[in-house]
Amino acid sequence: MNRPRLAIWKFSSCDGCQLMLLDLEEELLALAERVGIARFLEASRRVAPGPYDISLVEGAVSTPEQAAQVERIRAESKVLVAIGACATAGGIQGVRNFLDFDQVAGYVYPQPEVIDSLARATPVSEHVEVDYELHGCPIEKGQLMELVSALLAGRRPDLPAYAQCQECKAAGTPCVMVSRSEPCLGPVTRAGCGNRCPSVGRGCYGCFGPAEEANPAALNQQLSALGMSEAEIGRWYRLYNAWVEPFRKQGGVGLKPDLPRDPVGRASARQQTASKSHE
Amino acid sequence: MKARLIDKSGLQWLLDRLGSQGYEVLAPCLENGVVEAGPVTSLEELPAGVEEETEAGRYRLRFDGKEGTDLLFSHALTAMGWQRFLHPSSEPLWRAELRGGALEIQPLPAEAPRRALVGLRACDLAAISIQDRVLAQNDPRYARRRENLFLVAVNCGRAAATCFCHAMGTGPEVKQGHDLVLTELVGGGAHRFLVEAGSEAGAGMLQALPGREPEADDWEEKRARIEAASRQRRRLPEDTGDLLASSLDHPHWEKVGERCLACGNCTSVCPTCFCSRMVERTGLDGQQATHWRLRDSCFDSEHSYLHGGPVRRDRAARYRQWLTHKLHHWQAQFGTTGCTGCGRCITWCPVGIDLTEEVAALEVAA
Repeated sequence: MNRPRLAIWKFSSCDGCQLMLLDLEEELLALAERVGIARFLEASRRVAPGPYDISLVEGAVSTPEQAAQVERIRAESKVLVAIGACATAGGIQGVRNFLDFDQVAGYVYPQPEVIDSLARATPVSEHVEVDYELHGCPIEKGQLMELVSALLAGRRPDLPAYAQCQECKAAGTPCVMVSRSEPCLGPVTRAGCGNRCPSVGRGCYGCFGPAEEANPAALNQQLSALGMSEAEIGRWYRLYNAWVEPFRKQGGVGLKPDLPRDPVGRASARQQTASKSHE
Repeated sequence: MKARLIDKSGLQWLLDRLGSQGYEVLAPCLENGVVEAGPVTSLEELPAGVEEETEAGRYRLRFDGKEGTDLLFSHALTAMGWQRFLHPSSEPLWRAELRGGALEIQPLPAEAPRRALVGLRACDLAAISIQDRVLAQNDPRYARRRENLFLVAVNCGRAAATCFCHAMGTGPEVKQGHDLVLTELVGGGAHRFLVEAGSEAGAGMLQALPGREPEADDWEEKRARIEAASRQRRRLPEDTGDLLASSLDHPHWEKVGERCLACGNCTSVCPTCFCSRMVERTGLDGQQATHWRLRDSCFDSEHSYLHGGPVRRDRAARYRQWLTHKLHHWQAQFGTTGCTGCGRCITWCPVGIDLTEEVAALEVAA
């Protein structure tokens, strides 16, 4: 029997989601028996050519090169799965989308003119059609196994779109917001993390991105009643999933458009050279 | 024998007796800053002197109960209720295995341990009696778990601010559905429990309890405590069902929809919500699959998803569905209301949506 061929790809990201594959440990061996791992640079330098049955794509698309590559990946993959907050929402680098790119580049790099970057770091779904998304920063092993098992069995994966609250309640975790006034993004955040932060008494900070029915406007009223300022609320949404709606709209709230003053004067030096930003 | 009066050692004797009869004893204890049912062997584990302060979207514990510090049942309710012991949020139903090219299907029996639930309130019993109508006939797994329960209820001596059982006619006095009911008494400085039976099994246990006949003072204190617990501020109008039926186009639904998070907290804590969904779990080897039943919420888009999209498209429509089902359609469907007046949906709504206020808003003509 021909085993389905699996390829792992990476754009702008920290590799943490790919590491979850290696972190499968014993299950990774079972997985390797069921699929042919054709491309997984984190594990092996050997790359087999496409086409691929399943491509797992990590990372945000943030350079022209990546934008072209993601089109090629789509063309040679039967099923394309975006994995993690970067690939599904733009990730942490999506925070720069709220700012002027030239200004950011000038602030960060001594020679920004050599940086060839898109003006925005965007999720894979803004470029090509995506078949499934695994959310989280990083993704959860259990969800990864559920997805791969479902694809192999030809069934629909059970990946929740509802809010984190239902996972808390199923686990018997008392609501941290109701019982201790701990601000929590759980009511607007997709379930699937396994209830990590609330189960230790912390508020959810939304690393799984927005739930399908997220209503941030209603939650924000409660967050400000708990003492959070508009700017603090905006910063909270401007984390791992800043660039995906409806978090994007909230992330813009209270945002100061200008960066802090450049301590070494790079930005002003930068103004004279033409930047190579692409829209 | 009609009733027994026991002291704390008598109550401990009851817990021990239940334990020795093979029951797992579950009673209120303190867990993660809330009162929640958990396994208990000693009365020391009960939340003595603890009261909860509840409001819409708020829950806090207070440790200086007005009546002293050693009332074991000074709280009003367990936070999430008892439903998980009867209708768990996830459960495997059957397994299929591929053997020599043929599919073998193996039912997975329900886990139904003998359990004694100690500290149920009148509203909790009302919820179980509603679930008995809804589930016992249709769900053998529920029925098996139900058969193996021994229910020790407690008459409330105070109501939480979110309680409205009095208006719903389900409490605060325990009248049916229990094996035993306790009323905790402290008058005259003596901490004691008036115990009455509500079933044959309860009567048997009552006979064996080490205690004495209650006297007129004890009965009077019981009456006074229930009266105190009946003082409740929230209510639902008598004609709530009709009101909802005639308010389907009321503009207020849109207002609730704006506030609602569609997070499912209300349906998760409601002691009568029973919706579930089924999923298959398969392993990597493709040789076996397990069919799971998981708790579901009518606030999820998938709950009403048919071809083309969810039937109830927005939060306003889903909130209306939940409330009208619970308070109106339930009546036609099961011959009872779906609301017990426990108030958990009010307390645990992160943005404090209060169904009694929403119904009241519908009373105001559009």
